Amino acid sequence: MALLSYRDALNQALHEEFARDDKVILLGEEVAQYQGAFKVSAGLLQKFGEKRVIDTPISEAGFVGMAIGAACLGIKPIAEVMTFNFAILALDQMINNAAKMLSMSGGQLSVPLVLRGPGGAAHQLASQHSQALESQYAMIPGLKVVLPATPADAKGLLKSAIRDPNPVVFIEGEALYPTKGEVPDGEYVIPIGKADIKRAGKDVTLIAWSRMTLVTLEAARLLEAEGIDAEVVDLRTVRPVDREAILTSVRKTNRAVVIEEAWPWATVGASIVDLIQREAFDDLDAPVLKLNGVDAPMPYAKNLEHAMLPNPDAIAVAAKKVLYR
Amino acid sequence: MPHSKETQLELLERMLLLRRFEERAGQQYGLGKIGGFCHLYIGQEAVAVGALTALRKDDHALSGYREHGHALARGTDPGAVMAELFGKSNGTTLGKGGSMHIFDSERGFHGGYGIVGGQIPLGAGMAWATKLKGQDSVTVCFFGDAAINQGVWHEVANMAELWGLPVIFVCENNKYGMGTEVSRAAAVPDVYKRASAYDMHGEKVDGMDVLAVRDAMDRLVLRARTTMKPALLEAACYRYRGHSMADPATYRTKEELEEYKKKDPIERLKTSMTAAGQLDEAAVKALEAKIKAQVDAAVKFAEGGTAPELHERFTHVYAGIEQYQGEGLKLDDFIDPHHVHIPTGKAPPTAGEA
Repeated sequence: MALLSYRDALNQALHEEFARDDKVILLGEEVAQYQGAFKVSAGLLQKFGEKRVIDTPISEAGFVGMAIGAACLGIKPIAEVMTFNFAILALDQMINNAAKMLSMSGGQLSVPLVLRGPGGAAHQLASQHSQALESQYAMIPGLKVVLPATPADAKGLLKSAIRDPNPVVFIEGEALYPTKGEVPDGEYVIPIGKADIKRAGKDVTLIAWSRMTLVTLEAARLLEAEGIDAEVVDLRTVRPVDREAILTSVRKTNRAVVIEEAWPWATVGASIVDLIQREAFDDLDAPVLKLNGVDAPMPYAKNLEHAMLPNPDAIAVAAKKVLYR
Repeated sequence: MPHSKETQLELLERMLLLRRFEERAGQQYGLGKIGGFCHLYIGQEAVAVGALTALRKDDHALSGYREHGHALARGTDPGAVMAELFGKSNGTTLGKGGSMHIFDSERGFHGGYGIVGGQIPLGAGMAWATKLKGQDSVTVCFFGDAAINQGVWHEVANMAELWGLPVIFVCENNKYGMGTEVSRAAAVPDVYKRASAYDMHGEKVDGMDVLAVRDAMDRLVLRARTTMKPALLEAACYRYRGHSMADPATYRTKEELEEYKKKDPIERLKTSMTAAGQLDEAAVKALEAKIKAQVDAAVKFAEGGTAPELHERFTHVYAGIEQYQGEGLKLDDFIDPHHVHIPTGKAPPTAGEA
């Protein structure tokens, strides 16, 4: 085990997969000479050359669409968007071409593509640069959507995403890049679609993904001090979702809170609540709660920003509410 | 360059196949055998045939949603295309794509796409892929005069020239983006001039003249293959029918249509070949009979196909997953097989236009 930052773990995954398969290429804004806006692609250009590590103009729809076309003919492109806020410009290409190619071609063309980059709120970046947009991909059949919370998960899941024969939307936590964690030595992959119990507990199930997993773990520590034993389920993948992990945990604790960075309406979190009430209704001792970011664009001012997203205290209050305490 | 009699006959035969196939498709649409949106290629045959016969087998092509003709010109079986229009499991994409999504990747035809201009990045990406793999294949990407107003054209034109991609963009300027005449939508209605903004080679060809299109494409394909440079070819052409089956085309005059019909690409080639002593009435008759038999066979093949099985809803959703389970509730659990609603009489109304 080595202590690595989330950024360096991703970087390791890229280096390993580039060495493993020469069909893998990386394209995006500032990925080559600049070494990545967040340095995730550091060293790749020097090691693998400009044929495989390509700086693009700021033309998201264009280069993501080109990556899809290249993927159709056997290349395995990783298209990096500087942030997922800019990936909105390429949504047409992702939804209308990448997600539907296999189906509308009757199985003739598949799209082994990774669309990756940072998402979610960082610090004082205001409304256009602080958004959790995974739900807009998670609703689309044909796409897989991955949001790792820890360095170990980030590395193992990125490797799986690169090897997957489908278009995978891989959203890295922008605020997570400097966070550190133990990463296994040597070769390993983590399967897409498997949740991870980040903290085992018996009293209440807390379900989260991406940065909210870390915030929820902090809440679990607060709850522990009050004698409440929370289980933290990190989904890691929001399409396909690990139904069994969610339901097994809820059947054990009989109570659940879903914690989501995104706005409260029409989201992945809402679908998780739908799943739990349908499949585990008889196991529930309280209504499932869903805790979201505030339903408004993210403001710039520090004090306002601080009051926009679920925090450990709020999560602890929600957990106690489903425990009627 | 003068073309051999054999080449010209091949071009004539292909164009006739496209024409008669589309006429029959229109007829079958009227009979309710074909649903949804159906955009016929009648009038534009010289473009697909001239352009695609200039390619090698290992070259690639893709188009928008008026693409039946491109697939046929590339050599796709007319029966499989007709079956796809009929929504049958023996269609090109097993009844999943329909009129707007004909694919025959084995023959290097990678689809029709339904979002205007959405295929432009894909075409450049395919050209990029063959270049990365060290091949000397060329990709031809067709789109219409309206698509060049999409942002992706400009993004991709820039990158294709910047990176040297062997892609030829063929803009079929049929004068109307649905009902909007080009000059009402484009500040520069001479489409080929748009290439100059990216220092890309651009030229215009008479898209009603199959030999001219073929000559231009022979040159441009060789250029792309040997120099890895993209190009934009504007093919000035005309569609005789409306934008789709639902469009009576009241935005243009009968006189205009008649003017273009005088330049009909099929009649034009017939006339020049006849004048050169390469074609006579008997040969034309024989050719027509051959094509009619082919189109008859295509309809028969389509009629003989079966509707896709219900489980096909969940195939080809994810690669590597043969039978996808789907997220959420299983609708099938709520369908009582003894009370399946079978619509009778008139088919449900289709959307007005797109």
